[in-house]
Amino acid sequence: MTDIDMRMLDRELKKGSAELLILTLVETRARHGYEISKLIEFRSGGVVRFNVASLYALLYRLEKRGWLKGRWVEKAGERRRRFYRLTAEGKRVLAAQRDTWQEFVKAINRITRVENA
Amino acid sequence: MAGLKVAPVLEAEIIEELAQHLDDRYQELVRGGASDTDAEHLILTELSENEVFHELQIVERETPQEPIVTKTNRKIVADIWNDLRFGLRMLLKRPGFTAIAVITLALGIGASTAIFSAVNPILFEPLPYPNASQLVTISDELGTVDSSVGMTFGTYREFVQRNKSFEAIAVSRPWQPALTGSAEPERLEGQRVSASYFQVLGVSPALGLNFNSSDDQLNGPNVVIVSERLWQRRFSGESAIVGRQITLNGSSFIVIGVMPRAFENVISPSVDVWTLLQYDASLPSFDGREWGRHLRMIGRLKPGVGIDQARSELNTIARTPLPEFPRPSHAALESGVLLTSLQDQVTRGVKPALIAVLGAVVLLLIIACVNVTNLLLARGANRRGEFAMRIALGAERNRMIRQLLTESLLLALIGGALGLVVAEFGVRALVARSPIELPRMADIAVDGTVFAFALGITTLIGLGVGVLPALYASRGDLNKKLMEGSRRITGGHQWMRRTLVIAEVSLALVLLVGAGLLFRSLSLLYAINPGFETSQLLTLHVQASGTRFDDERTHRFFAESLEAVRHVPGVSAAALTSQLPLSGDLDDGYGVHFESNAPDNPADDRGAFRYAVSPGYLEAMAIPLRRGRLLNAHDTANAPAVVVISESLARSKFQDQEPIGHRLRLGASDGPWSTIVGVVGDVKQTSLTATQANAVYMTNDQWRLFADRALWLVVRARGDAAELAPAIRQAIWSVDKDQPIVRVATMDQRLASSAAERRFALILFEAFGFVAVILVAVGLYGVLSAIVTEGTREIGVRLALGAQRRDVLSLVMRQGISLTLAGVGIGLLVSWAVTRLLITLLYGVSARDPLVFGGVAFLLTAVSLLACYVPAHRAMKIDPLVVLRYE
Repeated sequence: MTDIDMRMLDRELKKGSAELLILTLVETRARHGYEISKLIEFRSGGVVRFNVASLYALLYRLEKRGWLKGRWVEKAGERRRRFYRLTAEGKRVLAAQRDTWQEFVKAINRITRVENA
Repeated sequence: MAGLKVAPVLEAEIIEELAQHLDDRYQELVRGGASDTDAEHLILTELSENEVFHELQIVERETPQEPIVTKTNRKIVADIWNDLRFGLRMLLKRPGFTAIAVITLALGIGASTAIFSAVNPILFEPLPYPNASQLVTISDELGTVDSSVGMTFGTYREFVQRNKSFEAIAVSRPWQPALTGSAEPERLEGQRVSASYFQVLGVSPALGLNFNSSDDQLNGPNVVIVSERLWQRRFSGESAIVGRQITLNGSSFIVIGVMPRAFENVISPSVDVWTLLQYDASLPSFDGREWGRHLRMIGRLKPGVGIDQARSELNTIARTPLPEFPRPSHAALESGVLLTSLQDQVTRGVKPALIAVLGAVVLLLIIACVNVTNLLLARGANRRGEFAMRIALGAERNRMIRQLLTESLLLALIGGALGLVVAEFGVRALVARSPIELPRMADIAVDGTVFAFALGITTLIGLGVGVLPALYASRGDLNKKLMEGSRRITGGHQWMRRTLVIAEVSLALVLLVGAGLLFRSLSLLYAINPGFETSQLLTLHVQASGTRFDDERTHRFFAESLEAVRHVPGVSAAALTSQLPLSGDLDDGYGVHFESNAPDNPADDRGAFRYAVSPGYLEAMAIPLRRGRLLNAHDTANAPAVVVISESLARSKFQDQEPIGHRLRLGASDGPWSTIVGVVGDVKQTSLTATQANAVYMTNDQWRLFADRALWLVVRARGDAAELAPAIRQAIWSVDKDQPIVRVATMDQRLASSAAERRFALILFEAFGFVAVILVAVGLYGVLSAIVTEGTREIGVRLALGAQRRDVLSLVMRQGISLTLAGVGIGLLVSWAVTRLLITLLYGVSARDPLVFGGVAFLLTAVSLLACYVPAHRAMKIDPLVVLRYE
């Protein structure tokens, strides 16, 4: 994709899906910021990449809303890292957002497939 | 980040997290094959300062914020408050570090404060009298006598009438009256003074009246002034004290005044009662007490008159005798007079010791500060990433420095508060156990001035130890700081820590050398032969007080007491003497005029201490006979007058000639001649180190000037001398139960107290030295530990490449040894230059004694090596696999 496309994708789509991505990734276990950014990049095949500032800003925003809980963990021989996990409220939000997203995608697919067909 | 108005705690955490992220990213890139510089560059492009700011600002704006007061003054207060809270949190996060730093500072500040509180009233504060700088003591030297002997009443009268420089002059002598009455008989410490005494000091009685000069004459009224202490203790503070009659030495005295509670009699601090001298102002004869040399003279200069001016005036008077003021030859003032400020006189004995101790405590304080600075530097190293990130995000360097200084100030304040507690205990211990009688003891306390001093040095220390680490940590060099992490062995800050440790070691060495020199001095001092046998010798001061004792009865009282004491079981010998060597108050010195000298040529006269003794004194003291014979029971009042003189007196006058048979005269120029019948060994008299040894011994029967009213009893015991004390007192009281017996001590105890100043200094030097060694060991351990930690990777690599574990050990030890030896070397050089300052306290050992220098260097090196071994041992245990895997 071209640069312009990436930026459009960033702004428009990511705004809506960013939160969903993060909440999903910490659903099964707590993760730290760097790990989250790597996972997103890896699992999307390099398509979706967060820039550092936006990622952490988003993490803080979610934490402030009470959907994530951050905790400093210190392992022997390493510097301490901040791990984020899903709160009860966050679980609820994740389920709701997931449904919404799936509905949305289905709807879009229906439109685009019909046109191209 | 400043514009974000985020709480500093949160700010720090955000930064820490971002720093960690960048670290991970850097690792990833390097592992992927990028070069260091490329990786750095890439990261910096990924992280844009503005973006972070922008994004975080959005977050902050969205979410509800606590309102932050923005008025400037309150902002500053809020800032400071935030800094304090933040600093406190940072300190609490690392309790181990904080504890060590606080304890180190508490020890240093506490010790300094305690010493300062002792030194302040003695060295700095003026005496507690109005215009105390105008107070001087007046004395003169007599020939070759080491310590100056007392002044005479006749000289006092002449000075009073001829001088123009003094507002007032006064004389005083000790007086120890026995107070009898309804309660237990008690001996009081007192002074007989001229009426001008309190006028000179500038203090008047709080109750009642001062002395009147019209009362200060022969056969004047018996009046006393008492201290507030005595009034409360003995008279229950009764309001009718003025005008009350009390019985002293069997006579009735009227209390005419009470001194204020705050009054300090610095010349003689334990005095409770004063009365008038009431000497005969007409100075009837040269034989009487009016010309006895037993008075202390003090004076108050007129305003505007300096001590040099007064000294030259009195010297002029001394050199120009007038017919109206005839002088005997033993009080002719040929050598002029000495004037010293009263402050100097009072503190003279203890000043050298105090100044030395002050120096030692300063060293200790510096060592403590160096240790804490090192700790802070190490801590700063661990937070490098955090600081660098902040700077990259636009934090003001000044703000960061301020924050760090707040932390170190907080540390110092906590240490200082704890230090005050240490100081309080220290001061109490000092006053209670000091081997010397500290002058102005009543003023030694942790008071306002001392507290201000403690606060002052605490603040200075807080800023001082913090400024270096703060400046260093806040240097903006993002690349180096972020990327270095914990992987390099020699960071930029390491050289500073090493330098500080070397400084610590050298200072500790200087301190220990001082302690060592003092220690050797004391051992040599105690090895000195005082000239008589000191073991199993009990000494007591016995008075014949009270008016019912005339000369005849005084003699009889003492003779009977001596006889009674000789019969006490366990006593092998007993004798009386008018002065006791090493008792601390030898002041009975006289001019000695030899018959073979030209008459009235005072230059040939010698000075000597007079001993009026019972026959058998010299044997009881085991003073060896050199020539001739000792005094014996035949030397009674009616027998020819004989004396025994000391070796040094004989040698100085007669050199190799035979002294036996020559005649001499003590004191008054028309006194009787005495024949020398024996020469005995020299005895240490004023102190173990003083060289004055001239002494003249005669029997007290033959001393005709006056009967000594108070004598020392020396008792040689077969067993333990101290145990005999009660039995001996009983024996004396069986002769007369009203006579006070005081200053009971064994000779060994007196010996110990005669070296008191040095012991005092030594005890403190040892204490400080001990603490200093511990601090140095901790400091060395810390630095070497850090070296090992930071060099973990390199060591792991070396091991993996085949180095032996003991090579690693020696690698680390070598670093430690080089630090230690550098410190010891510098310390030896500094000691070489500086120990000269201790010279007044040293005895028998040179300020550069090689034995002490060598011994201390060895000791310190050994301790340091031990401190280095522990981290070195840890380095040996590094598992190369773990290290490399982590990489």
